[in-house]
Amino acid sequence: MSFPWAKQYAPTTEIGKFFDQQLPLPRFVHGALGAGYPTPRNLNYFYNFGVLAGVALVIQIITGVILGMHYAANTLVAFDSVEHIMRDVNYGWMFRYMHAVGASFFFLVVYVHIFRGLYYGSYKPPRETLWMLGLVIFLLMMATAFMGYVLVWGQMSFWGATVITGLFSAIPVVGGYIQTLLLGGFAPDNATLNRFFSLHYLLPFVIFGVIILHVWALHIPGSNNPTGIAVKTEADTVPFHPYYTAKDFFGLGVYLTLFAAVVFFAPNALGEADNYIPANSLSTPAHIVPEWYFWPFYAILRAFTVDFFFIPAKLMGVLAMFAAILLLFFLPWLDTSPVRSNNYRPLNRILFWVFVGVCLVLGVAGGKPAEEPWVRISQLFTAYYFAHFLIITPLVSRFEKTLPLPKSISEAVLAKYGKAPRGTPGAGIAGAAAQPAE
Amino acid sequence: MVRLGALAVGLFFCIAVLWGAVQPREAVVADPIKAVLQHPEEMKWAHNGVGNLGITGTFDRKQLQRGFQVYREVCSACHSINRVAFRDLADLGFSPAEIKAVAVSYDVPSIDDAGEPTTRKGTPSDKFPLVYANEVAARAAQNGALPPDLSLMTKAREDGTNYVHALLLGYRDEVPKTLKAQDGLYYNPWFHSAFIAMPPPLAADDQVTYADGTKGTRANYAADVSTFLTWTAEPKLEARKATGVAAVIFLLIMTGLGYVSYKKVWADIKRKPG
Repeated sequence: MSFPWAKQYAPTTEIGKFFDQQLPLPRFVHGALGAGYPTPRNLNYFYNFGVLAGVALVIQIITGVILGMHYAANTLVAFDSVEHIMRDVNYGWMFRYMHAVGASFFFLVVYVHIFRGLYYGSYKPPRETLWMLGLVIFLLMMATAFMGYVLVWGQMSFWGATVITGLFSAIPVVGGYIQTLLLGGFAPDNATLNRFFSLHYLLPFVIFGVIILHVWALHIPGSNNPTGIAVKTEADTVPFHPYYTAKDFFGLGVYLTLFAAVVFFAPNALGEADNYIPANSLSTPAHIVPEWYFWPFYAILRAFTVDFFFIPAKLMGVLAMFAAILLLFFLPWLDTSPVRSNNYRPLNRILFWVFVGVCLVLGVAGGKPAEEPWVRISQLFTAYYFAHFLIITPLVSRFEKTLPLPKSISEAVLAKYGKAPRGTPGAGIAGAAAQPAE
Repeated sequence: MVRLGALAVGLFFCIAVLWGAVQPREAVVADPIKAVLQHPEEMKWAHNGVGNLGITGTFDRKQLQRGFQVYREVCSACHSINRVAFRDLADLGFSPAEIKAVAVSYDVPSIDDAGEPTTRKGTPSDKFPLVYANEVAARAAQNGALPPDLSLMTKAREDGTNYVHALLLGYRDEVPKTLKAQDGLYYNPWFHSAFIAMPPPLAADDQVTYADGTKGTRANYAADVSTFLTWTAEPKLEARKATGVAAVIFLLIMTGLGYVSYKKVWADIKRKPG
């Protein structure tokens, strides 16, 4: 689908016409990323992060395929093969650091992408499926990143695998079987490493497939935008190419510059020193932590320190950790406000930033040893995390007086740049309420 | 319905986690070891370049060679650098003849014509051999302790180069009153448990006579061998930084051009109605 004013693809050359008849790939690209895709004209830099996430995945796949040519998934030599890549393979050090740092950057841009969606209400109708496909991608990313980290077969790989697969043992009745199935045995060993390598190679392509669905679902209603109001006329849009291709190229340049700076100047800054010690099942590290991008969820996992009636503390932690992500699938139905963008939701905007702060504190707490005051901080902030989505969000719209919405995107743009006559002021609260999220 | 369910689930998790938060905490007994542990001092290293930032900088070849000499004469009695090959020493500025001389001074495991295990002289393509055949042999010879391979040591510890430097000079005779001296272990507050099985390796000045005439002091030994172990852990450090500087300059120019094109493409859009 597209807007009726979308530019139609019209091949001018003979070869263009030939292809358009037999394999209309240029027509497809034209409609998906080209001049044939009208896009809201007011997208800010936060809307660059979707493209950046796509590029981050491609970087991971390319560097990963190269690493896979030299890596050996066997517990006897896995660690040595990684060091072989670092020392003896031409530019092996570069591909390996790009892959390791690339995982961190992938999560970084995806987190910004998710929080952008939260701020501008991109999960609201008509984009629920788009939002949920994004969450599926996020879950697949977490599984892929975890298994990739195990492949190094360093101390933190081994003990991370032990801890994370051990979580499944908390599930009543079937937990033990699930854990055995994941590990291919009773402890992380060669079978674990082999199946993790196999899946770590497979899942990125699954992610790629879901991204295609994600982008497809995006192209049905088109992008949301900072005002949250729907595109109404051609004046609200610009063709994706050249406007957003140019903007995305600039954003990509900034991203790649920062990425290169970390890859080449501080490649181990985001990693754990313990993972440069080969895995040793007889020596437990003093402080087992996952990579930084799992810290908020690790904090939630460890926040449950006492049994809750008949539910063991460990099971509560596991339930909460999974629930913390799964509840996001219900967000489109939990947030009942008809106004999408937090630009026009003064109360929810404050709550949004409080929530960002809560996530950051949980992140810090998750990276610390399980000692006071961090345990209690994790507990209080975990409670708020759940309260935010499950209790506060559904209630906010009842008490919130939203700000008047602009009549259209173009009116909002003109008001901001202030050259053409400003549109009539919005019709106030009544007007906002009367403008449902379609 | 969804919202009622959410309320129930939300209350369930909130009450469960807050129930844990209000439990009284057991009084934490202050760990006397934690109280004495020291953080390594931030040293200035040639390979960290301008401002010690790690963006520029190359190894000081002379220092690497001195560090290698300290490793050979002191550390190598117990510690291997099994991930490093003799040929890699070319990075330190050694000539092929010098490398060969180093290699033949080591015996590496091999098999003889009858297929029996034996040793032969090293060649440049061999790695530095292990000091002990296996962990059991190492522990038997070392009073139960295991001297780790040092190839990756500076990356396997937080702030590794500074850590190795601080640890080597960190032995103290006076054990604090809060701790009990332990038999066969040496007090060193830079080690994670404050007591280390390794005897002070750099006992005195003039322990190693540097081939290049540099003054043989403990401070020099520690700095030189820490630099050498930084190289063994990250032999591609110089290539990494050189590539990085070129990559970042290229990307900055590309990004600058990208910005200019972005502004040019959008110039007609920003200020007028569609």
